[in-house]
Amino acid sequence: MIELIVFLPLLAAIVAGLGNRMIGNVAAKAVTTGALFTSCALSWPIFISFLTGGASAHVVQVLDFIRSGDLSVNWALRVDTLTAVMLVVVTSVSSLVHLYSWGYMAEDDSQPRFFAYLSLFTFAMLMLVTADSLVQMFFGWEGVGLASYLLIGFWYQKPSANAAAIKAFVVNRVGDFGFSLGIFGTFLVFGTVSIPEILHAAPGYAHATIGFLGYRLDLMTTLCLLLFVGAMGKSAQLGLHTWLPDAMEGPTPVSALIHAATMVTAGVFMVCRLSPMFEVSPTAMHVVTYVGAATAFFAATVGTTQTDIKRVIAYSTCSQLGYMFMAAGVGAYGAAMFHLFTHAFFKALLFLGAGSVIHAMHHEQDMRYYGGLWKKIPWTFAAMTAGTLAITGVGIEGVFGFAGFYSKDAIIEAAFASGSTSGGIAFAVAVFAALLTSFYSWRLVFLTFFGKPRWAGSEHIQHAVHDAHGRGHDHDAPADEDAGHADAHGHDAHGHGDHGHVVEGDAGYHPHESPIAMMIPLAVLSIGAIFAGFVFAPWFINAEHGAGFWAGSLAFNAHLMESMETIPELAKLSATIVMIIGFLIAVWAYVLDRTVPARFTAQFSVLYDFLLHKWYFDELYHYVFVVPAFWLGNVFWKRGDQGIIDRFGPNGAAAVVVGAGAAARRMQSGYLYTYALVMLLGLAGAATWAMVG
Amino acid sequence: MIGLQHYLVVSAVLFVLGVFGIFLNRKNIIIILMAIELILLSVNINLVAFSAFLGDLVGQVFAMFVLTVAAGEAAIGLAILVIYFRGRGTIAVDDVNRMKG
Repeated sequence: MIELIVFLPLLAAIVAGLGNRMIGNVAAKAVTTGALFTSCALSWPIFISFLTGGASAHVVQVLDFIRSGDLSVNWALRVDTLTAVMLVVVTSVSSLVHLYSWGYMAEDDSQPRFFAYLSLFTFAMLMLVTADSLVQMFFGWEGVGLASYLLIGFWYQKPSANAAAIKAFVVNRVGDFGFSLGIFGTFLVFGTVSIPEILHAAPGYAHATIGFLGYRLDLMTTLCLLLFVGAMGKSAQLGLHTWLPDAMEGPTPVSALIHAATMVTAGVFMVCRLSPMFEVSPTAMHVVTYVGAATAFFAATVGTTQTDIKRVIAYSTCSQLGYMFMAAGVGAYGAAMFHLFTHAFFKALLFLGAGSVIHAMHHEQDMRYYGGLWKKIPWTFAAMTAGTLAITGVGIEGVFGFAGFYSKDAIIEAAFASGSTSGGIAFAVAVFAALLTSFYSWRLVFLTFFGKPRWAGSEHIQHAVHDAHGRGHDHDAPADEDAGHADAHGHDAHGHGDHGHVVEGDAGYHPHESPIAMMIPLAVLSIGAIFAGFVFAPWFINAEHGAGFWAGSLAFNAHLMESMETIPELAKLSATIVMIIGFLIAVWAYVLDRTVPARFTAQFSVLYDFLLHKWYFDELYHYVFVVPAFWLGNVFWKRGDQGIIDRFGPNGAAAVVVGAGAAARRMQSGYLYTYALVMLLGLAGAATWAMVG
Repeated sequence: MIGLQHYLVVSAVLFVLGVFGIFLNRKNIIIILMAIELILLSVNINLVAFSAFLGDLVGQVFAMFVLTVAAGEAAIGLAILVIYFRGRGTIAVDDVNRMKG
């Protein structure tokens, strides 16, 4: 059964990818979507059997992979609680995104390719989550990276999409470098890449050290940090996060599936999968906590200033991933996985809802051109509201709460309860980030759905009005990074507020609700966003049932979960309090007094610019890495390649031949006497040689 | 007394004349043909001189063969020249360079 779940998407990807135009749009879409729904239908029973305790962890051998000396790797599918959780997340979101894409990509020219990539991604992700060895995990890891690259650059006619795809790939290489070093090191130390064996042996190396370049390093800390670098790259943690916002160049369903719900959580999954290993190294745990906290804080602050609807959600994703790492860092792996689980639903919902808005607004992505949409697209509005309620964590203790209420609050409480310094810092950061989360999430809703229509000034809408037949994806997915920058600079120059001077009015354009294929996934995910926390909290993070549920698939800390129950009431309520504060600020600034953002940005223009430019990370990297790399490349190219290799190599040899040829050519005059002379000289030479020699 | 040496000197002089007749002549191909004849004749003188000196008739017989070949060669050369002149309208040495690749 597990083989079917994993390999059906691959089969569908092959059929749709190789069949492509031969089998046509509908066949390709039906094959991939059907395969995914089958996978999904097969995954839920597995998950439920783990919930009820009816199943136990097992490994299904598929094929031999590598046999070389001590290294022995199999293709094997591991099914345990952790995998089951990921299985339902991946297959559910993926199948819904497939369905959603029927509507969203309806006008695209190369739909089979798109669906083949989506299914290929799903296969790679499933290989990742079922991996029994680090090597197979790395295979899935690279597979999802490839699919991510292909899908970000799906609209390859757009230079900005290509640039974003390359950026995602290159930044991920940095993380993958760390990951592969971690795998090498693990094999060096443990002599195996099998995850269960490594986790079994890890505690025995608690205070072992390893020599490197004359330094003695703590063994487990080194390995964990190297592996964590890989997780940072894939999960867009601070420092290696720059690719994620740019990845929004891809089609919106891709953003929902890959860059919100599944692939970016691979890092969290990996840390949880290897949690017994991380538990051995407190230093590594502190680093994980700090990196997660820094990311959560950073991304939340940046999210408050972005105007592109998808970028706001992208930074939100980045921030929520920070939360998950914080949870993992303080030892609450169950909470991390729980947040991963609920986040997959509500963030996919938010992205797909944003896609529905973008669809309705004729591919305008700038929230400054939205406004008053709730009357035009009420169902999308309802879904987005459910997603926002879930991400901000609305709920009342002991009664009912939306998904985020359980998972995010569990993280905040676990950080407080952990009692360590890093936990305390994480708690403070998490609470502040929750305030910002609430603010930017509601800001998104208010800017998009409330107020008066403001889309008269939007180029995309004008296109749509003037050129009602203007289809094709010249208009698809605009708002590339350059445009974003141009907007930003325009703002600086004119000192505009957040949205102060955009023309109000609808210019005769009437947004339309999206087709049914897009609404069904929204409805299903809304249910997930509303109930996922309430229903599953008793298993994922409960002190009593948690250990039994996880069954050793991650290092479940029942003691920490218990102490979460006994923390002060104020700490418990803090998340809810800041959520309400953030909501009120958003109401005040974007509903009641709409001049607030403009006044704020005028007063704190330095801070605003700092946040608008994403803490100047891209600029910093540009000057620290890109410019020197270009300089070095230029040196190697101009001096090394052209100046030395070409000059003395191919070009030099060619010049010698040309010179020799010119000399030889002069001898062939065509005049009889020249040849006669040469002949004579030759004869004389030969005679001389015969006589003397 | 005229000895072998004198013959050889005359023969060498004729040979060198013939060779330079080929190289230095830039006017007429017929002169080249004549220069070749000169070279062959100088060889003949050598052959005959040695034949007489050594009392061996083979050398003189060989000279007869050379004369025959020279006559044939001259006939063919002239025939080629005639055909060539008909085709190109000139037999000036400097114009005959069609062998240039």
